[in-house]
Amino acid sequence: MMKKSLLGALALGLATSTSAFAQTEIQWWHAMTGANNDVVNKLAEDFNASQKDYKVVVSYKGQYADTLNAGIAAFRAGNAPHILQVFEVGTATMMGARGAIKPVQEMMKEAGEKFDPNAYLPAITGYYSTAKGEMLSMPFNSSSMVMWINKDELKKAGVAEIPKTWPQVFDAAKKLKAAGHDTCGFSNAWASWANVEQFSAWHNIPMATKANGLDGFDTEMKFNSPQHVKHLQNLVDLQKDKTYDYSGRDSKSEGRFTSGECAIFLTSSGFYGNVKANAKFDWANAPMPYYPDVQGAPQNSIIGGASLWVMGGKKADEYKGVAKFFTFLSDTDRQAKLHQESGYLPITKAAYEKTKASGFYEKNPALQMALIELTNKEPTENSRGLRFGNMVQIRDVISEEIEAALAGQKPAKDALDTAVTRSNQILRQFERTVR
Amino acid sequence: MEKRAHISGWTLPLLLILPQMAITVIFFYWPASQAIWQSFLREDAFGLASEFVGFENYVSLFEQPEYYRAMVTTAIFSSLVAFFSLACALLLATQADKNIRGGQAFKTFLIWPYAVAPAIAGVLWLFMFHPTLGTLSKPIKAIGIDWNPMLNANHAMTLLVLSATWKQISYNFLFFLAGLQAIPKSVIEAAAIDGAGPLRRFWTVIFPLLSPTTFFLLVVNVVYVFFDTFGIIDAVTGGGPAGQTTTLVYKVYADGRLGGDLGGSAAQSVILMIIVIALTAIQFRYVERKVQY
Repeated sequence: MMKKSLLGALALGLATSTSAFAQTEIQWWHAMTGANNDVVNKLAEDFNASQKDYKVVVSYKGQYADTLNAGIAAFRAGNAPHILQVFEVGTATMMGARGAIKPVQEMMKEAGEKFDPNAYLPAITGYYSTAKGEMLSMPFNSSSMVMWINKDELKKAGVAEIPKTWPQVFDAAKKLKAAGHDTCGFSNAWASWANVEQFSAWHNIPMATKANGLDGFDTEMKFNSPQHVKHLQNLVDLQKDKTYDYSGRDSKSEGRFTSGECAIFLTSSGFYGNVKANAKFDWANAPMPYYPDVQGAPQNSIIGGASLWVMGGKKADEYKGVAKFFTFLSDTDRQAKLHQESGYLPITKAAYEKTKASGFYEKNPALQMALIELTNKEPTENSRGLRFGNMVQIRDVISEEIEAALAGQKPAKDALDTAVTRSNQILRQFERTVR
Repeated sequence: MEKRAHISGWTLPLLLILPQMAITVIFFYWPASQAIWQSFLREDAFGLASEFVGFENYVSLFEQPEYYRAMVTTAIFSSLVAFFSLACALLLATQADKNIRGGQAFKTFLIWPYAVAPAIAGVLWLFMFHPTLGTLSKPIKAIGIDWNPMLNANHAMTLLVLSATWKQISYNFLFFLAGLQAIPKSVIEAAAIDGAGPLRRFWTVIFPLLSPTTFFLLVVNVVYVFFDTFGIIDAVTGGGPAGQTTTLVYKVYADGRLGGDLGGSAAQSVILMIIVIALTAIQFRYVERKVQY
């Protein structure tokens, strides 16, 4: 195996060295590790083998934040890559830098590449489009938040059905705790993404004004509504005896589900591969829970993950290569295969339909869950997506205040009020830099 | 009669100090002046638009309660780490300085942790003390402590102090050991003949003679805690819970690199620079007087 790929690389090297004169190099900086890194490499390899004029060169630049910073630093130094993978919370930062980026839709048009924005899943592209619907970046790895369930433990605790609503989850967690899960009835990763961002969209309540920032950078946070406060207060109450137990701001504690400690765990649908490989019990995933007394809930979820941004100031010929690569990426068969193998969401409607028609989801219902949530209802202005400047910082602020409430330092209402005030300051700061 | 070499003209002396000057200018004065300049600007992350805003970044910084909290956290964190890393290293060095079997091996092992990158040190400790996965958190829980650094600030701080201290002990150990070996045996033997016990010998003879090393290490350790610990903080707590382990340097990193607020971050680093210069000056002015060279 090793030898074969080595030979392949050698052959590729020979092939490229002879045709180096004619080839245009396309730099693609990404943040994927492990199995996802192999996907990126394979895509580039396949594309390079499929034609002779362009060569996609991939480089790993560290975690999401590192990759974004590497791209920014390179842009400032005048040698940005052609394609930069940016996580969803970096979207506003990229959008704000109009001189630094090339909108995907505009680039496709200029390159004369066939491109129909309606071919893509609106639940996904909406996050990366302007208010008018112009696609700014190409979705790459998308996921959403789902509830992971340890069916064996639920059965042992006497919970007959997978809970659908938050009150049912609380009940189930109490039963789980009584049945011996005394350190964790239920939990979630990504404190802010779960309890504020997804929570708002799923209950069709605004996280902020101006369609959560999609309609303008003069957006103001509103996530201290009675519903938000009530949910956080519930978590605070349950934290006291660990019926709910906090698992941090990121995904580092996802192991609490696979180890069996937490039998109900909300995290990314991208957790699939890990669960499949490591969970030694009967598992399933389900839609996020909701409060039945909130009108219109559940609405639809929003995505997470990353998209590919095209950097500005490159040659027309190079953009042509990028456009060809994006067409290659959007190909129905390729998308369907990518989705089924890697667990990423398909970005085109055709790829979703094709996978559905093939009966794939009957055998792998876990892979469809995020799509069911995303397309549950026609998105409203509260559930199309989020666009906040300096969102990375805002997420930290929100998580900090959630932690303060859970640790009993301040009431839930105070914590969310403070988080809103602090986030608004950050938003105003950002607004002034993009003007 | 003292022999003196006379160098005529300025060319040679200038040439000789030029490399050192170049290094200082390129690696210190230039970035420092850039930081000062940037602290007066408001800029987007890509540097496409920048605006001179005077002291606005500083003003908004001092309006944040979080900034004052970071100052207090830094004071607590740095005194704890400096004290424990110096104390433990001194204890280990005095013990390793004795004639014991396998002394060389001990010394080598004690120096090893210094070769570990701060972030890796952080992750190692994080795994050991992780509330649910950690090997050491189980015994802690068994003795009745509800160990949870993810929500309990004191636990998080303990964990940070442990890992930052552990990381720095080797360095201090090395210098203390060298310092101990430089103390003439005759002085200690003289004290012993006069009837001073080991403890008394240590406090009245060895410790004062070691004071130049201790002083040097104090300065170095304070600078270490102020600047080099953000890797550990990032890996272990990410500044949490609720921002209660966010030190000044971690806030610089979080606001600038993660948050993209370059002006505010630059203003913070300028303030940090002033604090460290002031601290070092105080140490040299007041503590050094008590040091016997």
